[in-house]
Formats: sequence, C-alpha cells, structure tokens
Amino acid sequence: MTEERHIFSVLVENRFGVLARIAGLFSGRGFNIDSLNVAETDDPDVSHMTIVTHGDAQIIEQIYKHLNKLIDVIKVTDLTVENHVEREIVLIKVYAEPQRRGEILQIVEIFRAHTVDVGPDSLIIEVTGDEGKLKAAIDLLRPYGIQELARTGKIAIMRGIAK
Amino acid sequence: MELSGANILIESLKQEGVEYIFGVNGGAAMPIFDALYEHPDVKLIMMRHEQGASHAADGYARATGKVGVTLATSGPGATNLVTGIATAYMDSIPMVAITGQVFTHLMGNDAFQECDVIGVTRPVCKHSYLIKSGDEVADVIAEAFHIASTGRPGPVVVDFAKDAQIHESLFRYPEKVNIRSYKPKVEGHPRQIAKAVELIHNAERPILYAGGGVTLSNASEELRELAIKTGIPITVTLMGLGAFPETHPLSMEMPGMHGSCCANYAFTDSDLVIAIGARFDDRVTGDLTKFAPNAKKIHIDIDASCIGKNVPIDVPIVGDAKRVLAEMNKLVHRVDIEPWMRQINEWKEQYPFEYEQNGDNIMPQYVIEQIYDLYSDAIVVGDVGQHQMWAAQYFKFTEPRQWLNSGGLGTMGFSLPAAIGAQLGCPDKTVVNINGDGSYIMTIQELVPAITMKLPLKIFIINNMYLGMVRQWQELFHQKRYAAVDYHDNPDFALLAEAFGATGIRVERIEDVRPALEKAKGIDDGPVVIDFIVDEEENVFPMVPAGAGLGDVIRGLA
Repeated sequence: MTEERHIFSVLVENRFGVLARIAGLFSGRGFNIDSLNVAETDDPDVSHMTIVTHGDAQIIEQIYKHLNKLIDVIKVTDLTVENHVEREIVLIKVYAEPQRRGEILQIVEIFRAHTVDVGPDSLIIEVTGDEGKLKAAIDLLRPYGIQELARTGKIAIMRGIAK
Repeated sequence: MELSGANILIESLKQEGVEYIFGVNGGAAMPIFDALYEHPDVKLIMMRHEQGASHAADGYARATGKVGVTLATSGPGATNLVTGIATAYMDSIPMVAITGQVFTHLMGNDAFQECDVIGVTRPVCKHSYLIKSGDEVADVIAEAFHIASTGRPGPVVVDFAKDAQIHESLFRYPEKVNIRSYKPKVEGHPRQIAKAVELIHNAERPILYAGGGVTLSNASEELRELAIKTGIPITVTLMGLGAFPETHPLSMEMPGMHGSCCANYAFTDSDLVIAIGARFDDRVTGDLTKFAPNAKKIHIDIDASCIGKNVPIDVPIVGDAKRVLAEMNKLVHRVDIEPWMRQINEWKEQYPFEYEQNGDNIMPQYVIEQIYDLYSDAIVVGDVGQHQMWAAQYFKFTEPRQWLNSGGLGTMGFSLPAAIGAQLGCPDKTVVNINGDGSYIMTIQELVPAITMKLPLKIFIINNMYLGMVRQWQELFHQKRYAAVDYHDNPDFALLAEAFGATGIRVERIEDVRPALEKAKGIDDGPVVIDFIVDEEENVFPMVPAGAGLGDVIRGLA
C-alpha cells in the first residue's frame, strides 16, 4: 500500500501525562510522528494537538482509532480529508556579513517574513506559512549559511463551522 | 465528615461494592493497609507476592464479572504487579490496581522504593491516575471503576502518594460519573445489523466465531439463541470457551493453532465468518493470506480499533455483543445449509481430538478426561502451556466463566492465584486448577493464603518434567535440541504441598489417577495438590505450525 501524509487535529484534556500517552501510542506500534504541536485552546481545560504523521491507509486508520480510544482524547479529526488551513513558523539564524545583508533582507521582503533580531554577523528571520513556502525560504537562505533553525511544527484547523 | 485519603479510598471501594482486596503490604501503602485493618466490609486477602495479588484480583473478576481490586506498595511492589496488570489488559479484564507512591515532595528524587508507576504501566493498562491530594480520591476511584468495567473492560492503575493517603478532606462520593471524552458505543448501527443479517441469510457455508468478548458482555444467552435459531455451526476461542456449550451438536470446539481440525477446515472453506467479540488473533488465524480466503466477514466488537486490524471486514458493527446479538436475533431465521452441515459433521467425526496410549505411562489427555468426568461442573482455572491446550481440548465447557486462563499474554504462574480469586468470588463452586510443573512453581507461594483461608482448591499438576510446550517446538522445529526446558530437578510437589500444610498426593500409575481425583473431591477443609507424573514427551496435536495456514494443520505425528 502507498504511504500518505496525514494531519490529525486532536482535542485533549489539558492534564499531565496526556502527551506521553499519545507519544506512547505511536512509539509502541512503531509509527512515526513527523511533527507534533501542543498548546492550550481558548478553554484552559482543553489542549489542541496537531500531529503530522505518515503511513499506509491501514496504519492511518489504526492511528485514528487508537487516538479515539485514549480516555483523555475528546475529539480527533483527520484534516487531510477536510478543507483546512495550516500554518507553521520557522526561525532561521543566518550568517549575514554587512555586505550580504541587503540581499538577505530582499528575500525577507519577498516572503513577507520578518527580521526579528540583528547581530553584527547574523540575522534571525521569522517565516510563517505552509510547508511549501517555508521550504522555499529555507532553500533560498541556505547558501548564506544557516547557523540555527527551529520550527514550531504544523498547526492546523478546519475551515468553516462543523455541522 | 473529614477522612484521611486512605479512609476515603476504602469508603469509595465500599460504594463500589468491593468485597475483597488482594494485596501485599509495604511502606508507601501503610496508611491504606491501616485503614483496612479489621475492616468489617472490605476484606484484605494477604497474598505472598504482588504478582499473585494481581492474578487473584484478575481471577475474581473473570469468575464473577465484577471489578477485581489489587493493592501494593510503591517501587518493587508496583513493578511486581505489572505482569498481572498486563495479563488483565490483554484479556480485557476489569481491574483496579492501587499502588502506594512516595510522598509528593520526594517524587522524582530517586527516593527509597520510588518508581514511575504511571510511566511503567502506561502501555499495559486502559487508563491510569496519580493521586496527589486526598480530595481527589473519591472522584478518581469512581472514574477508575467506571472505566475499568465499561466499554472494552481493562485494568486501571491508581497510583496514590503517601501524603495524599494521610491528608484529611471531606468525603463525598459522586453519584454519577460523566467523562466527556469517554462514551463507549454500545448500540450497533441498525443498518449494519440489517446488512449482516442479509449476508447470514444468503450464505451457503457460514460459521460463527465467538471470543472472550461474548463472556465479557454476558452475551452467552444471546449467542446461543443466534446459533440455534439460525442453525449455523460455531467455534469458540480459548478466551470464550463455555460461551456456547461444547457438547452441543453445532459446536465445532476451539479454532486455531491447537484447535479442532473441523473448526480450522471450516474457516478455510467458509463463505461467511461472523466474528463476535473475537479479535482474529494470530494464534487463531495462522497465516493471514490463507485465512478464510473465500469468506465475507462480519465483525461485532465494542472496540473499533479491533475491527479491520488484522483482517479486512465487510460488515463492521461497533457495539456491545449483548445488545447487537439481541437485535440480530429479532431479524434472523433458520438458514438452509444442509450440505455444509454434512461436511462439518463429517470433519467432526473424522478428526476428533485423539491421542495414543504410550505403554504404561499416564497420558496427560487421560488425566484431563478423568477430571472432566468427575468435575464437569467446576470452574477450571488453567495455566499456560501444553496442559492448557489439553484442558481446552478434552474438558468440554458448557458455561461462560467456567474456564479461566491467560489467553492473550500467556502468563505462566497465573492459575494458582487466579483460582484463589475465583474461589472467593464463587464460594459455592468447586474450583479446579489445572497447572503445569513449570507454571506451578512460578507462583507456588500462593498456596499459603489458600491454606490459611482453608480454600478447597483442587490443584492438579500435569507434570511432564519439562517446559513442555517449548520442548515440543524444539522437537518439531529445533532438531530436538532441548535447551533450558528440563525440569527434572523440580522438587516432589506432593511432599512440598504437605510441607506448606496442604494435602499432597503423587500419582505415578494409571490405575491411581481416578482414585486420587475421587479422594480430592472429599477434601473440603483446604487445598489438595495432586502431582500427576505423566508421559514426558507427549505433544499437543492437532497443530498449525506458526506461520502456516489453518488448512495445513498437522493432525498428529503418524
């Protein structure tokens, strides 16, 4: 069977140990997590997780069912099959000697990114977008020398109001 | 009224109707044991090892259908419980396992007898709680019992910090448990049920395949009605034995690795498999590519994640077996499958469970036949190994909860402590423990509480002086290289039983088998241990070798 990438949006009780239960579900079955983001929702009792994973149709079905089976999981949505919005932030620390800084700032502008820190020989750039945009920005900045890079992992929600 | 956390725990257990707690004392659980001291309603059963305590709680739960409760201290007490928790988890047994934990201010500091119990047990329990304050106790216990006993049942771990056991707070037990993220689906979808019924009515070679889920949901009556109303032949797995009487003409007995040839051939040739509370375990299906290749499959299970896990399913029905079967029974009628039934009966007649007498040796199957003859109404608690398979094959189970064994995890040492739990839960029943020489010695220390409580357990050891099942595999697949299976250095179990304070009988001749079993019947003031010295190298047949298809069953070594 062919492997597919899936984005799960998971609402969980905001309690200690929930993340370990979810991580254990994946590790115990040899499934892989590509990225995972967790934070409180508007309701402090509930956390939202966005889990990006991959596998064949049977593995994805098992992941969906096992997430649902966890006692602390309130709701699971496979966003891959829904109309959704996804975003990720990356912070890139790039070498920027004074003579090359202009070129880099042009790239920042093209991507509607932000310069969030300026040092004598480096800049920290923040790019927000979907996966494709982040990849393009990183690829363009790589020749200048990326010193450090950190990504939030994907966050995603469904468009419109669920009926 | 303000109570300590430990007393709130006991009051909460009382609210849940708990009669017995199976436990071993220790430092971090002392306030709880203190609260239990001479308690009039909740009785503490002092086991000799925490593993035994967990199996005893498990055996109590399997025999009665109620939640079993086990209690241990922190650290090593808790880690000793883990095998029993995992055993219960694999067989979906309702259990609440309570462990003492070090003071909250010491947690994470490598304190004496500290262990991250929540972390250690996470993959082997249905859910777990850590209690850090006395005022959480009542809510946690109510939730733990609710989760353990509903949906697909399973063990729930409650780790209880010592300061929370001491801390006093107001006791108020919740009247109702409402967990927004936990709502098991019990009603089957009517459209799916209608689809299943249509498949049943149009099948030419259908079989019913029932598992432990039928027993867990107390759906044995409904299962019987379905089989008898439709006239469809039925095979019941090791975990479900007794859910349908094996003495009934529709019974094909157990399927799988050491199941009946009839059941295995029937799977292979069937055009419809109706699975109820069974999970298409590898020991049942054999090679999946050869499993029921021409059959449509209906799967009724309360756990959605079980459906389609191993085998693609045509009609999935998520729901409680009892409710779903009751709905189905309203819609089904008798199916016309006469040629198929002729074939089934031919297989049954041609390939019954059989064995050959070897010289003057006591054949293990003969012992089981004699046990069945004298104790057919007993609760039989089996351990794990060859004797377990012989018991499953040669004892004909007719009632649910009559056969208790560790089917999923295959835990050796399960049966003696589980028999203690079963006997306490069912004081009016005779409890027979069929054990092996390898498994018996793993939890032999639990003879002590059985003797102390004068439980009339019938402990029958099928002693072939080997880890027999492993030896059988070595004989068949490892060129008879008998590595680490020779148990000839075991002690004389009859003498040892006497040393413990039980009645011990050693049986070495065929003609002594039946008189010994008869004698055991009359001993009711404590356990009796009979050590049957049986043929050492007898094998369990039929056998579907690991990785082979069910149609490739080896019927015997002829």
